[in-house]
Amino acid sequence: MRIELEKRPRVSGLFSVVSPLLALALTLAFGALMFSLLGKDPMDALYSFFVEPLLEVWSLHELAIKAAPLILIAVGLSVCFRSNNWNIGAEGQFTMGAIAGSILPVMNPEWHSPMILPLMLVMGMIGGALYAGIPALLKTRFNTNEILTSLMLVYIAQLYLDWLTRGPWRDPQGYNFPQTKAFVTEAVLPEILASGRAHWAFIFAILAAIAVWFMMRFMLKGFEVSVLGQSERAGRFAGFSARRMVWFSMLLSGALAGLAGISEVSGSIGHLQPIISPGYGFTAIIVAFLGRLNPLGIIAAGLVLALTYLGGEAAQLSIGISDKVARVFQGLLLFFVLSCDTLIHYRIRLIFAGAKPEARG
Amino acid sequence: MFEAILLTVITASTPLVVAALGELVAERSGVLNLGVEGMMIMGAVFAFAATRYTGSPYIGILAGIAGGALFSLLFGFLTLTLVANQVATGLALTILGLGLSGQIGESFVGQPGIKLQPISIPLLSEIPFFGKVLFNQDLIFYLSVALIVGIHWFLFRSRTGLKLRAIGDNHGSAHALGIHVVRMRYLAVMFGGACAGLAGAQLSLVYTPQWVENMSAGRGWIALALVVFASWRPRRVLAGGYLFGAVTIGQLHAQAFGIGVPTQLLSALPYAATIVVLIIISHNRRTTLINTPASLGKPFVPDR
Amino acid sequence: MKKLIIALAASAALLGGLATGASAQDKTKVCFIYVGSKTDGGWTQAHDIGRQELQKALGEKIETPFLESVPEGPDAERAIERMARSGCALIFTTSFGFMDATIKVAEKFPDIKFEHATGFKAAPNVATYNSRFYEGRYIQGQIAAKMSKKGLAGYIASFPIPEVVMGINAFELGAKSINPDFKLKVVWANTWFDPGKEADAAKALIDQGVDILTQHTDTTAPMQVAAERGILAFGQASDMIAAGPKTQLTAIVDTWGAYYIKRTNALLDGTWKSEQIWDGLKDGILTMAPYTNMPDDVKAMAEETEAKIKSGELHPFTGPINKQDGSAWLAAGEKPEDGVLLGMNFYVEGVDDKLPQ
Repeated sequence: MRIELEKRPRVSGLFSVVSPLLALALTLAFGALMFSLLGKDPMDALYSFFVEPLLEVWSLHELAIKAAPLILIAVGLSVCFRSNNWNIGAEGQFTMGAIAGSILPVMNPEWHSPMILPLMLVMGMIGGALYAGIPALLKTRFNTNEILTSLMLVYIAQLYLDWLTRGPWRDPQGYNFPQTKAFVTEAVLPEILASGRAHWAFIFAILAAIAVWFMMRFMLKGFEVSVLGQSERAGRFAGFSARRMVWFSMLLSGALAGLAGISEVSGSIGHLQPIISPGYGFTAIIVAFLGRLNPLGIIAAGLVLALTYLGGEAAQLSIGISDKVARVFQGLLLFFVLSCDTLIHYRIRLIFAGAKPEARG
Repeated sequence: MFEAILLTVITASTPLVVAALGELVAERSGVLNLGVEGMMIMGAVFAFAATRYTGSPYIGILAGIAGGALFSLLFGFLTLTLVANQVATGLALTILGLGLSGQIGESFVGQPGIKLQPISIPLLSEIPFFGKVLFNQDLIFYLSVALIVGIHWFLFRSRTGLKLRAIGDNHGSAHALGIHVVRMRYLAVMFGGACAGLAGAQLSLVYTPQWVENMSAGRGWIALALVVFASWRPRRVLAGGYLFGAVTIGQLHAQAFGIGVPTQLLSALPYAATIVVLIIISHNRRTTLINTPASLGKPFVPDR
Repeated sequence: MKKLIIALAASAALLGGLATGASAQDKTKVCFIYVGSKTDGGWTQAHDIGRQELQKALGEKIETPFLESVPEGPDAERAIERMARSGCALIFTTSFGFMDATIKVAEKFPDIKFEHATGFKAAPNVATYNSRFYEGRYIQGQIAAKMSKKGLAGYIASFPIPEVVMGINAFELGAKSINPDFKLKVVWANTWFDPGKEADAAKALIDQGVDILTQHTDTTAPMQVAAERGILAFGQASDMIAAGPKTQLTAIVDTWGAYYIKRTNALLDGTWKSEQIWDGLKDGILTMAPYTNMPDDVKAMAEETEAKIKSGELHPFTGPINKQDGSAWLAAGEKPEDGVLLGMNFYVEGVDDKLPQ
């Protein structure tokens, strides 16, 4: 038996909707099988994975907190990936944004002013953008591959943060433990509603997604991104510059990653510490593709991925599933979503040995 | 002392070189598999498990290779048969690999491992200095050298290698010429998985003969970086891998020697060095373009 | 398409059939949150063994759910809050990085008790607990000075936080009490957990001539390297004798179980109160693994020192002690306050390294 794909004449509207549901169904079925093999009640397990985190208000807030940086970063990355710029160093830009945005509250801990927060956010965006500018510069100037440079810069940014928080920026009253002084109240990103911890980062994420969606859909710049991404030559004929696009997409995604970084530090953590991200910059790459590089899809994808993290914890606590199983389950979900998306663009045919067409493929 | 340092560098560099070589072949065929870390850790746990049950690290090596190759099939099925996005699938493969290996290896934590013993090559191993460093090594080191020679020959001297590169450069024309694009890519991906699995086996049998979760600790990512660093040339993988290993070990020695530089700065050196060397190499636009597989990461569906 | 419909129907049935599972329980929930995997072979595993001992000791009376591999930061806050809301009566947060998250959640749930390991912030419902690891380090230093032929030991350190610096100093002071010229080389691996890097650090130290190795990182990799190269070494966090049957001299074993049982009993009795506890060898919060691979006289010395520390006769940090640059720190007979030790950021004389700042 063989599997053959046949390109659909146009994108299937039906399967755009059905494919995620099919993926979910497959994940549920597989997950149920896996949990029962491990001797857990599959119903309980799936319930705590997908339903429990959605039942309480505080937990919905937590979902927004977890999803916000993923969405913010992924929206920026979608522009990069669509224009064929492979920025996989968002984690570093996130870190540098957090550092740059923290300069004010760390260096002037006594500065109480309503101005401080907007300045921090802007500096965070600049920090992230400048750091993404390094691979952009190297790519445009020396033709250096951005996958590698942006990835290497992640490690350097993390070590720089490590040095800052253990060295010059360490809180002198903190028993030498590696973290800065807590930010003053004015420097903390406020919560959206009184009912939970979710803060403005989620609003930023939604706004950014809508803005980028608008740009891609209705503005010339969006068209430029798509054309250059499909073919640099075609782009040149249309009068677009691939070089300028490198700068545009890298700076944009860097700025959004930087904004995510400073928002996370200011809103969720409240000070700077050696480790501020459980790999948001890398997870966001998956989010970007799960959302099919469409900013609105990315909002949904970010929320779903955040749900699997929360669900993993709920399942650990309520029925004692280990975090490794939770991660395997997360991996399964990703695989099913990615493979079911094939149905949107292709028809799948199973060819049995007898009915072999002309042997070419 | 220099000899001992060199031996340490070789042990630290071998897994990077081996995994990078496998990925290089996959990428030459036009497939970008970012799941090296996941395949490597699967290789490590398979190798450790098989060695524990059979008592033979050689069976462990085979199991590591098989584990990596099988795991890569999952990636192959998604990206080649179902043409899912390669970047996302690779990352998902890493998540799955880290979780699955942790689950498989849960009972092995704290169990003493069996170390793969060096094989000294008669006569050659008696050469002063070089003999001990190069000819008194374990099988995986010898394999890594053989892989470099073999892959170089395969890619640039053999007909099949030429086909593989043709697919990587332009899968459309390669298909038109009657080359089985998908079949070749499956083989290349599995070769990449096998090499990552072998690298994982080196971790759990040679480097640190034990099993702990996440023991690959980011080495799969460095291997990925090495491929690009080497601009897809096997011999440069060797140079890059050893440069990286040398800087890593060198900074530890600098510390033990009492050179008072911030440790973070020293730890950042290998990454910075990679960027600098990369700039120097890629400055020459022509050579980079010649070596870069043009179809890298692009999906291929044969039209009928 | 047919298959698709079947699959959808099945999943709908699955969702519909889900019942709200939680049954009423009268067991007290004592919960744990870990920064690493419970089988990491080091820090977290030691806490999990403590949890298992607690479960065994109190059996039917309690339940001990846990969350593992929780990253420090906002994820920790969410995880702790989830525990608080799931009905935990006592929550142990077992990593320094959980400090602020613990305090924040504790403010919201004044009726739930929290215990935070190795931190310094407390509240009416937050106690802190820590172990005087340095007592074990001092004994190791003495053994090292007796067993080293070169008077030079290597120390694989993780991060320059006071906890680690304190351990290095205690080791050096112990060694100097036997051999005043004893030197200690330090390599910072900048990781708690990377077997490869720890092994590399061990090799680097051995290649620079040390003949005793000790570590403040979590895996047994350095012990394995020491065994291979035929030198002696000390284990960390758990008894690592399996990795070096002919190599391990002793190990500092974190035995949290006794503490967890004590505190849970206090909770059940209603006598729990917020304290800042720093227990040592005498309380059983840390234990020395059997003294092996050493002559009887060295073993006797180690046992004697251990007994003296337990009885309070000996405090490892007793003056006169000079700082690394030779300036005086403690006068003869003087002992430092606990607060000074907990914030330690300088070396004592004899450590051959520059402390990263």
